[in-house]
Amino acid sequence: MSLFDIFDVSGSALSAQSTRLNTVASNLANAEVASNSPDTVYRARQPVFAALLRDSALGSEPGSRGVRVAGITESVLPPRVEHLPGHPLADDNGYVYFPAVNTVEEMANMMSASRSYQNNVEMLSTIKQLMLRTLQLGQR
Amino acid sequence: MTTNNLIDRALGIMPHALSVGARRLELLAENMANSDTPGFKARDIDFRATLNQVMQGGAGAERLRVTQPGHLGDGPGAADAVRYRVPNQPSLDGNTVDGDLEKAAFSEAAVRYQASLDFLDSRISGLRKALRGE
Repeated sequence: MSLFDIFDVSGSALSAQSTRLNTVASNLANAEVASNSPDTVYRARQPVFAALLRDSALGSEPGSRGVRVAGITESVLPPRVEHLPGHPLADDNGYVYFPAVNTVEEMANMMSASRSYQNNVEMLSTIKQLMLRTLQLGQR
Repeated sequence: MTTNNLIDRALGIMPHALSVGARRLELLAENMANSDTPGFKARDIDFRATLNQVMQGGAGAERLRVTQPGHLGDGPGAADAVRYRVPNQPSLDGNTVDGDLEKAAFSEAAVRYQASLDFLDSRISGLRKALRGE
C-alpha cells in the first residue's frame, strides 16, 4: 500500500488502453482490404481486459489491482461480399470479400479508449504532484 | 506508533489521515484503471470508519500482531474497511465503475490529501519553531 503502487496501476491501464487504440487503428486501416476468399479476409480485432492482481510489497496488505490485456478476440461476423467481376481479386464467381469492420463503431471505440487513456494520465500527474509535495514535507 | 511519544501526539491525527488518504487514492486509481474491464467491481473506502479504526489501534488498544504473511493486519489497508460500490446503473458486462463518479471522488480525495499535507506541514514547522526557541 503506497502511492507508488498507483504508478503501476495507472501504468498498466495506459498500456492496456494503448493496445485497444492499436487494434482500432489496425481495424480501420484494414477496413477496405479486399480478399478473394472468406477465409483469408481480415477480421476485426478487439482486446479483452482483465483485472491484474499484484502481490503487495508488504505480505499482510491486499495487493493492488491493475489491468492487463487477457487476449485479443477476432470478430466472427461474416465478411461483406460484393459482386465485382472486374476486380483483380474476384473469385471464380466474381465475388470479392471485404472485412466486416464497422467504421462508426471503431471510431466510438477509439474515442472511449482515448478518454480512458487521458483520465489515467491525469490521475498519474495528480499522484506525482501529491508525492512530490509529500517529499517536501517539513522543508518549509 | 506509540501515542506516548511527544512528537506523535503533537502531530495528532494527520499522519493517519495521510495514510488512509493514500489508500483511498490507490483504490480510486484501481477503479479508473479498470473502467473497461468486464466483471470488475469498483471499491471505495469508508474514510471515517477507517480513520477511527486506525486511531483506536494507536490509542492504547491491543493491536493485532502480524507474524505470518497470511495474517490480517490492522493498518490502514485492513480489508474490512474497503467496500464495494453500489452501482447506479450496472452495465451489461458486470462492470460497476462509473467514470464520472470515480473522477469526482479522485479529485476530492486528492484535495483532502493535500489539505492533510498542509496541516501536517504547519504542525511540523510549529514544532521546529518550538525546538529552535527563536
